Amino acid sequence: MSYDPDTQSQLCPTTLHINGVRHDLEIEPWTTLLDLLRGPLALTGTKKGCDHGQCGACTVLIDGMRYNSCLLLAVSQDGAEITTIEGLSTGDQLHPMQEAFIEHDAFQCGYCTPGQICSAVGLLNEGHAHSREDVRELMSGNICRCGAYVNIADAVEDVMGQQTHAVAAQ
Amino acid sequence: MNRFSYVKATSVDHAVDVLTADPAAKVLAGGTNLVDLMKYDVERPTTVVDIKRLPLGDIEALDDGALRIGALVSNADAAYDRQVEENCPLLASAILAGASPQLRNAATTGGNLMQRTRCYYFYDPSAPCNKRDPGTGCGAIGGVNRIHAILGASASCIATHPSDMCVGLAALDAVVEVSGPQGKRDIAFEDFHRLPKDDERGDRPDLDNTLQLGEIVTGVRVPRQAFGQNYTYLKLRDRLSYAFALVSVAAGLTLENGVITSASVALGGVAHKPWRDKRAEDMLKGQTPSREIFTAFAERILSPAVGQGDNDFKISLARRAIVRALAQAASGTPQRQSQKSYA
Amino acid sequence: MQTNERLYVGRPTRRVEGKLKVTGAAPYSAEQGQEGLLFGVMVPATIAAGDISNIDTSAALAFPGVVDVFTHETKQNVAWWDRKWMDQTASPGHPFRPLHSERILYDGQPVAMVVAETFEAARDAASLIRVSYRESEHVTDIRTVLDESYDPPKKRSGIPAAPKPRGEPEAAYEAAPIKISADYWLETEYHNPMEMFATTVLWEDDEHLTIYDKTQGSQNSRDYVCSVFGLKTENVRVDNAFVGGAFGAGLRPRHQLFMAVMASLKLKRSVRVEMTRRDMFYLSHRPSMLQTISLACDATGKLQSVIHHAVAGTSRYEDYQEVVVNWSGLAYACENAKLTYELTQVDTATPGDMRAPGSASGNVALESAMDELAYAAGIDPLELRIINFAPYDQNDDKEFTSKALHACYRQGAAQFGWEKRNAEPGSMQEGNELIGWGMATGFWDAQLQNAAAKARLSSDGHLIVSAAASDIGTGTYTMMAQVAADEFHMAIEDVTVKLGDSTLPQTAVQGGSWTAASTGGAVQAACLAVIATLLKQAQAIKNSPLKDAKADEVTVRDGRLVLIINDQTGVAVADIMAAAGVSFVEEEGKIGPSKLQMLKYISYTHSAVFVEVRVDKDLRIPRVTRIVSAIAAGKIINPKAARSQILGGVVMGMGMALHEEGMFDHRSGRLMNHNLAEYHVPAHADVENIEVIFVEEHDDLASPLGVKGLGEIGLVGVGAAIGNAIYHATGTRVRELPITVDKLL
Repeated sequence: MSYDPDTQSQLCPTTLHINGVRHDLEIEPWTTLLDLLRGPLALTGTKKGCDHGQCGACTVLIDGMRYNSCLLLAVSQDGAEITTIEGLSTGDQLHPMQEAFIEHDAFQCGYCTPGQICSAVGLLNEGHAHSREDVRELMSGNICRCGAYVNIADAVEDVMGQQTHAVAAQ
Repeated sequence: MNRFSYVKATSVDHAVDVLTADPAAKVLAGGTNLVDLMKYDVERPTTVVDIKRLPLGDIEALDDGALRIGALVSNADAAYDRQVEENCPLLASAILAGASPQLRNAATTGGNLMQRTRCYYFYDPSAPCNKRDPGTGCGAIGGVNRIHAILGASASCIATHPSDMCVGLAALDAVVEVSGPQGKRDIAFEDFHRLPKDDERGDRPDLDNTLQLGEIVTGVRVPRQAFGQNYTYLKLRDRLSYAFALVSVAAGLTLENGVITSASVALGGVAHKPWRDKRAEDMLKGQTPSREIFTAFAERILSPAVGQGDNDFKISLARRAIVRALAQAASGTPQRQSQKSYA
Repeated sequence: MQTNERLYVGRPTRRVEGKLKVTGAAPYSAEQGQEGLLFGVMVPATIAAGDISNIDTSAALAFPGVVDVFTHETKQNVAWWDRKWMDQTASPGHPFRPLHSERILYDGQPVAMVVAETFEAARDAASLIRVSYRESEHVTDIRTVLDESYDPPKKRSGIPAAPKPRGEPEAAYEAAPIKISADYWLETEYHNPMEMFATTVLWEDDEHLTIYDKTQGSQNSRDYVCSVFGLKTENVRVDNAFVGGAFGAGLRPRHQLFMAVMASLKLKRSVRVEMTRRDMFYLSHRPSMLQTISLACDATGKLQSVIHHAVAGTSRYEDYQEVVVNWSGLAYACENAKLTYELTQVDTATPGDMRAPGSASGNVALESAMDELAYAAGIDPLELRIINFAPYDQNDDKEFTSKALHACYRQGAAQFGWEKRNAEPGSMQEGNELIGWGMATGFWDAQLQNAAAKARLSSDGHLIVSAAASDIGTGTYTMMAQVAADEFHMAIEDVTVKLGDSTLPQTAVQGGSWTAASTGGAVQAACLAVIATLLKQAQAIKNSPLKDAKADEVTVRDGRLVLIINDQTGVAVADIMAAAGVSFVEEEGKIGPSKLQMLKYISYTHSAVFVEVRVDKDLRIPRVTRIVSAIAAGKIINPKAARSQILGGVVMGMGMALHEEGMFDHRSGRLMNHNLAEYHVPAHADVENIEVIFVEEHDDLASPLGVKGLGEIGLVGVGAAIGNAIYHATGTRVRELPITVDKLL
């Protein structure tokens, strides 16, 4: 459907696969993926920290890679496979990164945490971090005002190490 | 954000048609800059043309050894591409100095070229800004201008281009491929972005680049070159990552028997476009790398530099950065972007 | 007598709410009530001072989805008297009233709010509101109005005034052989918690509201709403169960609370108002400040005189006050001291408490000046501090309840390797980098506030403890669970902690590092009251084996009320409750400061901060590569979360030292870097190694639990220690924070 200047509206049919669930939606083009998730879809685990790509709280995974959902128009993601923080755990079984964040106390207020965790999972998927220095640089798109950075780096390194061990064991 | 008509482009020609028909239309690719600016009410496009599905997402080696990077190749894909890493590691390094991993995953090659300034006044619609609203004045002149231009500014605009990737592309003598109503054309990288004031269009800071109505960037060609070892991208900023450059330097040298046979230096964060001075570069040719000659080069390229107050320090900082970057390039010790000590 | 061994208190314990936070299931204030909500978006003023001459809302009102637009022209049914608008933490003056009149008091003041059926409609219609102004003259740079500074006539409650001068500070300064004097300048800083301020009001009827508010005090928000809108306390419930950081910004009710309640009552709908990140810069800030400090010592380093004068910015309408200079009178032993603190007015919002308010600012001057004095005297900076150790508080002539600062110095220095330091600036290099080592002492007060809590033990062995306290990331949920679990010797999994609800037992706002001690003590008291009640019930049982026991002789262990000295003697809790015919026992516990004890004693936390910086010899970009923070703060309930508190304070201190500053265009009086791209807070890459040491400090007087609090102390000292390290690296003494590269060229 095209834009109607009288009603100032346009509803665009859009299909999103979110955490394995298909959503056939009609979306106005000025709705961001972040606002779609937090509003109509009630997936409030994805956080709004600045709404301008300056903090990383809204990080989600699309095809395993991390993105700031605040800067994506939802309509532009038609057909995408999106994973939010709600999709990382299976039932009571936490993702190893979630488990590591708890163990290393890698959060305080918890608000940037879903974004940090999605970003950390994306970091491992993307495969470009090989040292703690790399982890720090490649996690720099996620601001934590509580200042949990040391613990976040510990958590990420912990899971990186687990993966390396798993690969070595194979 | 204003209300707009959302159009999914089905082909490059379709996108060109839409852009030609509506001068207030904007192209949406990664969206990292456009959506941001729309939320700040700085950009108010009547039509948004989503080109994300167009087949411009490949990196290919051309017969002459050049690499063509499609306009829709993400910054991350370009930076981590094996051909890019081998052929032009300077470009990969420059890209990795910019933004954050999330933004680099979304942002595209074409979009990076179209990125707009980070000037505080440009971003605040209630502040005067000749770039955003021609004729309203420049708030930054005499105002808060820590991050502003020291080179090539005009009486109406002292904004800087915020990209890192473009600084690398400028140093690499890239070529921008565009399509428009009159067909395809190539634009030399140094001719793509403009200074706020030039002979052809006068003092027009609202025009960031030389694209004509209806034209879109379809790709960038990076010529085969020889900065495989002797290059660096050195970025200095107020925090050690996820911040725009105060000053950045892309440097590439060709050395034969310890003598510089070609040199390419582009500066970021200091002007309305990536800054090069080829005549200054010539003075490096035939020289043996030394702090003295690098310092002389820095003095030369910065000789027209003028501070605006808050940013006076950038002249000194740029001088130091240039000398260090050339030393890094000469010694084949490029700056690694995750390393926070400077090589 | 309490001889309970501790199972959880003192042991590193994972956060009890951790799973909710890492799965995204913890709901914050903008995430409540999805159905039928209206959304409000505010419009900020774009001048610093003047009046609205015209406000055109027609385009916004006509925008599809918009329900209403509120401006100063909207009739409000709100309280008239200033005192009705004063919250628990207000400073003297006239509290700001949103949309009250056409008057503009500061850049960014909300001038309108659009309410719409969707967030997008509200956001987009807000951009269509056109405001015209009549501008007045304004001042935003306190350096231009230093001559207008004044001693605030009305003091802010809870903020002690600067002490009277002692000795002969000027004469002693003149006579001393070694002296320094310098000005220190601090730019404004902004709290910027990651969660933006938001309020969701669930409208039930004209008198009943449930409010999810981002605040550090649910009861403070409730009382404010009731007072301003004339509602009854029992009809308004404020919930802040999860708070995405606040750092002091949530101590006062913020505009979005007023706006959401106002719109909800007028429109008879549930309303959510969430700030933009830009709005977050217009709330409050650590004030800009000019400090002049003069120190003098004799040839042995003994301090002869401390003269510290501070002038801080405040708004036109409130005298915001914090404790800035007093610390300089108690930090080190000195017979001659003169400490003065004044305000000067600028056209900004009222500053507010920001993590370690006052102390963080005053400490930058004092501890940098101590470093300058150490160099002037040729004495190691750490040694100078040890020489001048203050055994008691000379400001108030009181004893410290405890002060393990020597241990902080010793253990911190050992961990850091301070003895390897070459004092000569620029003497330590590696490659292109100049290495600098600096240190500072930190101080914060350890306060106990009146606090209450409830404990409810069920016959099935489950325990619920509750208080209206908040957990703003501080680990309060976990600490209360630890304290309560230990009182009943039960597994922490069997304890539920309820916080962040105004209907729960009364608690002060969460700030000032007092929650762990105060609410922790109240939880403990409530648990002990439950045990006392159980004992009474047990003694009512015929032939009770506990019939002669006293309350302090029993405890609960393995679900039985038993004698502490012999846990074979006792009765099952379930049996006690069955006999008493109840399914649970619930009691309230209260605690508060002892006025008598406060006549003699005063309590502080202390720290020694050691910093390594590296500064490239040419490029001059400073980076912090290592920090050791040694803390003396009494009993540490949860070393895991406690360490995180200190890490967080240190990181915010790094921001203060190197990054954070409001950039005003003083011509227009407007803040220009009102976003997180241009207002830099530390990112991952800025933070390398931080080590935290908690030194042993036993303190029976500071609080019943022996706890002193940790929220602020981690930040204090970091700014000065970094500046001192930069001096050691470069030989350049920067007396203006933040220390950005331009100041080192």
